[in-house]
Formats: sequence, C-alpha cells, structure tokens
Amino acid sequence: MSVSAGGALRGLRGRTWPTRTRPSGEFVLAMLVTSLALCPLAYLAWRAGEGGERSLAALWHPRTGELLLRSVGLAITVAVTSALCGLPLAWITERVALPGRRVFAVLFALPLAVPSYLTAFALVAVLGPRGALADLLDRAVGLERLPEMYGFAGAWGTLTLVTFPYAYLSIRAALRGLDPTLEDAARVLGESRRAAFSLVTLPLLRPAIVAGMLLSALYALGDFGAIAVLRYPTLTYSIYNQYRLSFDRSAAATLALLLVVLSAAAVVAERRWRRRAVFYRSVGTRRPASLQPPTWWAWLVLGGGLSLVGLALGAPVSVAAYWWWRARVLSEDMPAVGQAFLNSLLVGFAAAVLTVCLALPVARVVSQSQTSFARLLDVPLWVAYSLPGIVLALSIVSLTARFLPFLYQTIPLLLLGYALRFLPEATGTLKAVFAQQNPRLEEAARTLGLRRWSIWWRVRLPLAFPGLVAALTLVFLTTVKELPITLLLSPIGFSTLVTVVWNATAEAYWTHAALPTLLLVAIGVIPMVLLGLWQERVQSGQGG
Amino acid sequence: MQECVVVQVNGVWKRYPGSGLPAVRDLSLAVRAGELVSIVGPSGCGKTTTLRLIAGLERPDRGTIVIDGRCVADDRRFVPPEQRGVGLVFQDYALFPHLTVEENITFGIRKWNRAARAERVQELLELTSLAPLRTKYPHQLSGGQQQRVAIARALAPRPIVLLLDEPFANLDAELRQRMRDELRQLLREVGVTVILVTHDREEALVLADRVAVMLDGTIVQVDTPERIYLEPRTRDVARLVGEANFVPVRLDGTLGQSDLGAFAIDSALPTDGCIELLVRPRDVVLEPHPEGLAVVVDRRFTGAEILYRVVLACGITVETSQPPSVELPVGTRVAVRCNRARLAAFAGNERIGLAALLEEHQRARTSIEVLEQANGRHRESVSSASVAADR
Repeated sequence: MSVSAGGALRGLRGRTWPTRTRPSGEFVLAMLVTSLALCPLAYLAWRAGEGGERSLAALWHPRTGELLLRSVGLAITVAVTSALCGLPLAWITERVALPGRRVFAVLFALPLAVPSYLTAFALVAVLGPRGALADLLDRAVGLERLPEMYGFAGAWGTLTLVTFPYAYLSIRAALRGLDPTLEDAARVLGESRRAAFSLVTLPLLRPAIVAGMLLSALYALGDFGAIAVLRYPTLTYSIYNQYRLSFDRSAAATLALLLVVLSAAAVVAERRWRRRAVFYRSVGTRRPASLQPPTWWAWLVLGGGLSLVGLALGAPVSVAAYWWWRARVLSEDMPAVGQAFLNSLLVGFAAAVLTVCLALPVARVVSQSQTSFARLLDVPLWVAYSLPGIVLALSIVSLTARFLPFLYQTIPLLLLGYALRFLPEATGTLKAVFAQQNPRLEEAARTLGLRRWSIWWRVRLPLAFPGLVAALTLVFLTTVKELPITLLLSPIGFSTLVTVVWNATAEAYWTHAALPTLLLVAIGVIPMVLLGLWQERVQSGQGG
Repeated sequence: MQECVVVQVNGVWKRYPGSGLPAVRDLSLAVRAGELVSIVGPSGCGKTTTLRLIAGLERPDRGTIVIDGRCVADDRRFVPPEQRGVGLVFQDYALFPHLTVEENITFGIRKWNRAARAERVQELLELTSLAPLRTKYPHQLSGGQQQRVAIARALAPRPIVLLLDEPFANLDAELRQRMRDELRQLLREVGVTVILVTHDREEALVLADRVAVMLDGTIVQVDTPERIYLEPRTRDVARLVGEANFVPVRLDGTLGQSDLGAFAIDSALPTDGCIELLVRPRDVVLEPHPEGLAVVVDRRFTGAEILYRVVLACGITVETSQPPSVELPVGTRVAVRCNRARLAAFAGNERIGLAALLEEHQRARTSIEVLEQANGRHRESVSSASVAADR
C-alpha cells in the first residue's frame, strides 16, 4: 500500500517515473517478470560454461556447422517465402474490392491456429511416399515418384504454410496504417500505379515485411514438431537428442546458446529496422484508401491464398476426418478424449490469464516510460522467445529438478513454462495498445481523484479491452497447440489434446489421433475466427 | 481571354459511393494563366474533392475537365494523374517519410537527365531556403519547413497548375501568418497558376486574385476579393466571407424601414418576402444617446479594437467593432448608425438592388447628419408600430 501511495505522489510531479529515488510498483513488477524470463537463459549459459572444454568441442564439431547451416538456411528460405505469400494476400484483402474481402482476410490468418506437426503429418499422409496422392497417381498414370516430402523441401513447404500468416498480418496492419495520400502524391508527381507501389508503398512496408519475416524465421529456427515428423534434423532437433541421449548436457546447452545468439541477432537487426517505421505511420484523420476493382491478378492471388489455407488447414482436417470415418466404419475402439479436451481448454485458459497478467506491467512500463533502460525491458523477453520451446522446456526441467524439485512436473510449473514462452506475444499486443492511449486521459482521472491502482481498473484496462481480448486469444491459441513444453513439463498422467495426438501418431495409431486432431484444430480455429471477425468489424467501424 | 484559360471545369458532378448527397454538383470554374484562384467554403462543402478531381485522383461522374487545352476527363476519357502535369500540395503534405528533403523534391523529376535535375533541385532549394536541410528526413522538420518541401516537390516538374489543399491548416496561428506572406512571395516569383483551397476566409481574400465561394458542392460566386466582400451575391456568401449582421427590413412599397434607417429599394418586390440588410461590424457607428433605441449588452476588449454587442429595438443583436477610443459601459443607450455606402440588402438568400439612399439624403449634407435624422425618423416609426401592436 505504501508503494502505491508513494507512486501517487510521484505521479503528480510528472510522468518520468521510474525515478532514481524509488521505482514504482509497476516497474518493480516488470523487472521481476523480466528476470524470471531470463532464468532459463542464465541457466543455459551457466551450464555451457560449466562444460568448459567439452562445450567448446561441441561448438567446433563439424556436425555443428552442418546443423547450423541447415537451421539458418531453413529459417531464411521460410522467411522469404512467407513474405512472398503474405505481401500479395495483404494487398488484395486491404486494397482490392473483392467480394467477401473481410471473410478472406480472416481466413488467410487461420493457418496460425494449426500446429505445424499436424500440417506435417497431413502432408506426409497426402503427398508423402505411399500417401494418398502418390497412390492415386500411381494407379492412374503410373507415376511412381513425387517430389520428396521428407527432408528440406517438405520442411520448407510445411513451415511456410504455417508461418505465412505472420508476414500477412504484419504487412496488412502496416498497409492499413499507411497514409494513402502518399500514393496519391506519387501519382500526381508523374508515376504510374505500379511505379508508385514500388517507389513509395513497398519501401514503407519494408519494416513490416521484415517484422513478419522475423517471426517466420524464429518459428522455423525453433520448430520441433514438423521437423521431427519430416525428418529434417536441425539444430533444435539435435539439441533435443543431445539432451535425451547423453548424460553430459553442457554440449546441448552450448548448442542451445548458439541458437539463442542466432535468434537474438535476428531480433536486434529487426529492431533497428523498426525504429524508423515509427515515422512511417500517419497520425490524425485521413481519407480511407480507395479500393481498386479486382483484376485477373487479384483473383489469381486469391486462389493461391485459398490453396495455401487449404493445404495448411484443410489437409489435416480432411485426413483426420478420413481416419475418424474409417474407424467408425470399422468400429475400431477409440480412446475417450473428453478429459484431454477439458485439460487443453483449462490449461490454455489459465496460461492465457497468467501470461497476460505478467505482461501487463511490462507492456505498460515499456510503452510509457521515458528512460531508455525501461524501454528496453522487453528485449530479454524477445530473446527468451527466440529460445526454441524445446530448449526452454529442457532448461526449465533441469533448473527445477536441481533447485526446486517440489515444483517439477506440476501444473503451476507447466503454466509458468507457457507464460515464459509466450510473454512477448502478449507484451507485443498490449504495448501497442498502451502506446496509443492518450496519457491525458489518465491525468484527467488523477485530477478527478482516482488513485494510482484504481486507474488500472477504471481507465487503463477498459480502454485496453480490445487489446486484452486479442492478447488472451493469441496466448490461448499458441498454448493449446504448443508441443515441446507440454510434453516435457506436464505432470505424469496429465494428458491434453496435444499429448494424445503426439503419442498416438508416434506409435502410428492414426485412428486414435483422428478425433483429438479435429478437436485441436477446432479449439484453435474457432476463437481465431471469432477474434478475427470482431477485429474486422471494429476496424471497419473506425474506417468509416 | 478564352485562350489563356488553363483549367476549365464544366458541370462536374461527383458522388462517393455509399454517401447520399453528391460531394460536388454541377461545378464550373475557369482559371486563367498565372492567376491565383482560391476556393473558399465551409468544411465538407467539396473543396478538397474539387482539387482531387482536377488532379485526377477522383473520376467525375459527369462533366468535363480541360487542362491546358487538353480534355482530361469527360464521359469517355480519363487521363490518370501522372499524365496531367498538375502539382498538388496535400493538406498534411504527404512527404515521403523514407526519403530526404532532396529526394522528396527530386521524386517527380526522376526521369530528367542528371544535370537538369541537379540544377532544378538547387534552384528550388534556394527558392524555398531549404538548402541547409537537404539531407534531413521529414520527421526532423518543423511544420513550416515540411510545407516548403511539399511546395518545392510539387513545383519541381514545372506543373501547368499548382493545387494547394488547405496549405496552412496544419500550422499554428503565428506561423500561419508568416507562411502566408512567404507563400505569396514565392508564388509571385514563380509565376505559376494556382488553385488554393481553404476554409479560412481571410486566407482566401488575402492570397487570391480571384475568390471562388463554394457551398454545398457547387461554386456560388467567383469574383475579385473586394467584390466578393462588398457585393456578395447571396446571403450565404456574405456570411461566409466575413462577420455579418443581418437587420430585418419592413417593406412599405419600395420603401424599406429598419433600425438602421430607411431605404429605397430598386425593384418591386413581393411585400411578403423577408428582406434583410447586411452590415459588417466595422461599418456600424455607435454614439451614446440618452434616447437611443439600442442598448449595449456586451463589451469585449481585444487590444486593437473593442467589440460591442448591441440589441436593436427590433430585438436583433448586432456585433460591432469600435476603435478603443469609444468607451461605452454595458447598459448604455446608444444611437446606431452605419456606413451607408457599404450596405447590401437580401430578399431571402438573393441579393437585391438597393437604391441606397432616400431622397432627403441626396441633399448635400454630411453623412452623420443624415444618419442621425434617419435614426430619429426611425424611432418615431418604431414607437408608432409598438402602439399599433399594443392595440
């Protein structure tokens, strides 16, 4: 209570907290959250350092170079193809008068709700050797070989399918924030529509493109499920094997640190890009961009986008539906999934609430404070985010096994794992929301007699409501489909949809995986559709 | 005269999809070479749409637009903006945030050869005194500097006509004044044909060779600033271009009676029509008079002048502006006179001829005597009217 009173007094003097004399409560909380997120990272560093020469040996091993190359190559190619898919899709949903534009806009984001390993399974089942399509082609035209699904091509394609929405969403948001009079200005200065796009729009979209590419690249670097299914060993995969197979974990820790350095470099590079983007956003009222009539090109892009969604989302759903139908027809027994379904819902919801609660002080401090130290507070969160889920999970396991054994394999630890993994998703969303809030409103509330903490309830949170809903949904979605943390941190005997699917497919009980797969897709897609439609409505309302 | 018309807009209509009323309806305007025409009107009257139509950023539903003898828009043809040779300075300047000042200015002359381009940029940088800022980015500039960059950028390709959309709306009051003078100077030096859009009447009058008053999507009157101000064609135009008081007139044949005096009216008018006199605040003269029929109800000191609000016998409140030497406490009874040479009368919205003065005023008297007498006469008529009303 004394903290809040002190904060109130300081707040009256100016908004430059945290001051040197006594940091505000929010700042202390934000610092706590950040240090918590840094724990696994510190543990890894300590572990690698402990290894000494063995760590160095692991680093200089020729195999490490090969894995590194594979990881980086995959990340870059996936990022590039994601951007190439995302840019035209963002353009047609934002600037072309397509019928049902807003529905397509929601649809193109849906692959995010599908776990990568499900798409990978489905693609193998359809396109892989002895898959459905290969079978059909073999019988029809005697074609025996399809392009190899396993290996680089499959991993590349699958990861592009599930990550292109990152680029799409980021570019689309930037397009919406772009002042269309800039394009008008280019036209009046003598440039054709196409030239105006490449001279003005594209350079202004570049930070958003890079931001989307970063997310795709981080996903590719850290992906475990799809990589495992498609048998394309990368750094992440080999870290998992090292941990599982050898007693010496310092080598694995070293490789994990290498991955962290890679990811951190990508994050830092992207931040530098984004700093300029602040000036690219227009302020104040502006006339909405006029929609172009759809050309054949737009229809082509629309068709392409729909087939991407079809592959990413449609393939797992139809494969699972087929197995489920077959099991019903053959009346095979299928294990009950009610408990797993309920567990998924509960854990997802609890993790979302916990993550958003932890994210609130960080987002607030980062978006509002004046000191550069406070503004950089969320960088560690991003570095932790770039830690692949499998590495994060493993370091949490080791850390608790060593220091807090009573927490090991308990629900609170599982939730904490999710929270540490997905904090940046929540802080990213909330930061933007807080940054847009007019600080005068809070000052008005203060002069009307509201205390420092009441402002959270009466002003900040109500204003941030759409952002809160978005952050909760996002964390829920990603938690529910998260694989490695769930596998490693769940208490024994605790099953969620993800673990049921993973265990069933690992043992090739396809029919057992069918129903949970369908539920898993539904649990991700339904909230995403609802959120998407809601946001579209809010935005179109603002757009006038 | 006809051949030097640079921009000719004929009967243009434009309705945005999804909005009921047309943004621009039956709009016609001719702008001559080297002329500065300002379009003035309240916000939402279609001014910006007019500019966008001329620039080619919107396509008219009906009507034609001719620029420099070439038809750029009619029922069939539509020349895209990049082929029109029109310069446009946007209200928020629309400077490219990823380009420096110099790169912004060069944008429209990208295809010129290097030497010509460098020379033109140098010329414009000097003209707008932006040379020291050439490597800066737009977000590093002040509002006034951004505006100059926007103008230089629009002028660079030597446009046939320069369109300015509310050029001073984003500047604060003090800067606005300075930039207005600078812009006037600059445009005079360049000698380009300009169409300027503004909602600020003072801006429109000060800058323009001719003023076009726009109301509800169409241009109501085009004239020199002086004539627009002194001889507005309609009551709405009068209100738009300056502070205006309207005093009702009672008709008595061709004789009009008002609290400002009696008037002869030129033409025969329907007696049931509502006729009003327009009087600008500066043209009202107040004199303390114990039997005056008007009462001072409000007094505001602004420094250069004192603004008095006066209630006339007919119940109308009139805004007046007086030199600071006129000191009248609130509640003072005053006689109200006005500068008769600058009066105008309106029947409904339309301006009507005013034979200005009554017979006795034409006798060689000083105008003050005339006015006093008129006031006196008027007082009698008012009191007789009130007696009639009592009955």
